[in-house]
Amino acid sequence: MMRHLISAADLTRDDAVLILDTAEEMARVADRPIKKLPTLRGRTICNLFFEDSTRTRISFEAAEKRLSADVINFAAKGSSVSKGESLKDTAQTLEAMGVDAVVIRHSASGAPYRLATSGWIDAPVINAGDGTHQHPTQALLDAFTMRRRLVGRDAGLGQDLAGKRITLVGDVLHSRVARSNVDLLHTLGAEVTLVAPPTLVPVGVETWPCAVSYDLDSVLPKSDAVMMLRVQRERMNAAFFPTEREYSRRYGLDGDRMAKMPEHAIVMHPGPMVRGMEITAEVADSDRCTVVEQVANGVSIRMAVLYLLLGGNESQTTRTEEK
Amino acid sequence: MSKILIRGAKVLGGEAQDVLIDGETIAEVGTDLSAEGATVIEAEGRILLPGLVDLHTHLREPGREDSETVLTGTRAAASGGYTAVFAMANTFPVADTAGVVEQVYRLGKESGYCDVQPIGAVTVGLEGKKLAELGAMHDSAAGVTVFSDDGKCVDDAVIMRRALEYVKAFGGVVAQHAQEPRLTEGAQMNEGVVSAELGLGGWPAVAEESIIARDVLLAEHVGSRVHICHLSTAGSVEIVRWAKSRGIDVTAEVTPHHLLLTDELVRSYNPVYKVNPPLRTERDVMALREALADGTIDIVATDHAPHPHEDKDCEWAAAAMGMVGLETALSVVQETMVETGLLDWAGVADRMSVKPAQIGQAKGHGRPVSAGEPANLTLVDPAYRGAVDPAGFASRSRNTPYEGRELPGRVTHTFLRGRATVVDGKLA
Ligand SMILES: [Zn+2]
Repeated sequence: MMRHLISAADLTRDDAVLILDTAEEMARVADRPIKKLPTLRGRTICNLFFEDSTRTRISFEAAEKRLSADVINFAAKGSSVSKGESLKDTAQTLEAMGVDAVVIRHSASGAPYRLATSGWIDAPVINAGDGTHQHPTQALLDAFTMRRRLVGRDAGLGQDLAGKRITLVGDVLHSRVARSNVDLLHTLGAEVTLVAPPTLVPVGVETWPCAVSYDLDSVLPKSDAVMMLRVQRERMNAAFFPTEREYSRRYGLDGDRMAKMPEHAIVMHPGPMVRGMEITAEVADSDRCTVVEQVANGVSIRMAVLYLLLGGNESQTTRTEEK
Repeated sequence: MSKILIRGAKVLGGEAQDVLIDGETIAEVGTDLSAEGATVIEAEGRILLPGLVDLHTHLREPGREDSETVLTGTRAAASGGYTAVFAMANTFPVADTAGVVEQVYRLGKESGYCDVQPIGAVTVGLEGKKLAELGAMHDSAAGVTVFSDDGKCVDDAVIMRRALEYVKAFGGVVAQHAQEPRLTEGAQMNEGVVSAELGLGGWPAVAEESIIARDVLLAEHVGSRVHICHLSTAGSVEIVRWAKSRGIDVTAEVTPHHLLLTDELVRSYNPVYKVNPPLRTERDVMALREALADGTIDIVATDHAPHPHEDKDCEWAAAAMGMVGLETALSVVQETMVETGLLDWAGVADRMSVKPAQIGQAKGHGRPVSAGEPANLTLVDPAYRGAVDPAGFASRSRNTPYEGRELPGRVTHTFLRGRATVVDGKLA
């Protein structure tokens, strides 16, 4: 395994499958009466959130606590972080406090990479979402959800997503979820298609390992999973599309559209959902929609990542005991 | 003043000759000149060029003396072989009045390392709304001839038209930072394959090209002269080429870093590569080199942009844009243009001294290396090879993209009106 988790693109197929398999083991912990493993006892993990995300932070925190780690939550919002130097300052403070890993969320693309490579800090860095760049644990939990649903919980062990057809719909341009998913799903052997209005597809997308379509209806019948991406309402004012109504008419997922998907196909969403515009209540509440499972799987995936980056290493265990 | 004999240097890269400096001027150029009463510099294998002229320098004084001052900036310029620099107007306060440009001009005189010619702002406070007092700046002691809102684009077409027309009265030129502002909102790097992957806001080539296209058409319509700062795309080259073929009075510059570096470097997220306009693609770099070689791009200008360490030692989005360039420009041009066979040393003299002096009307600079001319000269050792070490920079800032990179060539001597400002690679 690698030292940091910055980008889904850094994962090999075997790394990714190992994480998914490990997450299956971790998921079993959730079924026990005492949902805790002693693996990271004595280790301190800092959740360094420069951008608000209660969902992601709670998911990491739950994972850390189930592995018995000590948790420091650092929310930089509201403090004086407008000046760029504060990332470095904060990192060095954490380093001085002997933090064993940093989970970082930042509004600037590349901030976790900078943190991991600038020599400001020695601890492993886990990217919990940076700007419009990457959100690798989200991609892993999505892949985990797909493998469970499309291959099977036990049958999936050791398997990837070879030949599965995955469609991502919506604001690809601003989506770190889309970037991470394209990278990881391709690594896992899936065929990925992005569907969006041309204004929401980045210039340069032609080098990505995926197909691009502007026509949702033609892609749906050939999809094993359809992942809806979040579309922020303010995009409308920036003329990415004319009206919410027109967007949802062309790219929203409603019952009629869902009916065009193969019977086994699932609907995914990273949440929180904007009901009405991108997904109707009928779809969101159907049993083909995996939003709630994705949340639960997120904890298992993050446990697996923390375990593999921090737990499995003998020399690090020794170091902890010496403390 | 004493006499100096430069012995056996290849003048403009040609035959080895002796050059005798007497006082402020070149007394004689020839072979086997008498060394009597002169300090002798053995210059075998070296290239003698007219002192370099930079039409695009940020000296930061007044206002950001923590990044650079006129003194430290001109020392950096001398180290890089420059004898004249044009100081951009985006200081605090902005150089938009006779008072500010005269202050910068006076500080340059006091420094003594290099002539400093202030550039005046086109609009008050660089705000693009109201013309600054262009005439008063021209009539001041600083004698401003070049006007630019550099750092910002004069994006209002009417203001740009008026500025182009107005400076005709005193033979001035407007130097445009071509950047359509709406197309570059939130821009962090070149828009393309790399920005798509990194999730950094894109700065599309068309934002530069559309302004250049507009401005050459405006210049044609009102019969004025326009200069385009730091061209960075293959498309910009084509537009300038077309404009020149049509007889439009346009000149253009390229920076050393746009001749060498590409946006692939941004994958490091290291803000030392963050610059405006951004580093482009390999294809753009090659087009810029060709255009500089064939004269479509007239000059090399550094866009020397010093920033203190803390403004770069942070995450990409928070970092300041710009790179220092005065002390490495000639080496980069040697590597990208001379060693590739695109340009000979006479061509380098033309693009880095003669033409920039002409565009900016820098009197006494960019002159032939011949008897009776002012002794503004640069002596270069082209055989030198070494890694760039920012610790040795004269500039107050160290934000160079070349740290640790081997670049060829070294300025061994610089002479400003016969006085050595650099001797054996060290500031005098
Ligand atoms: Zn500029």
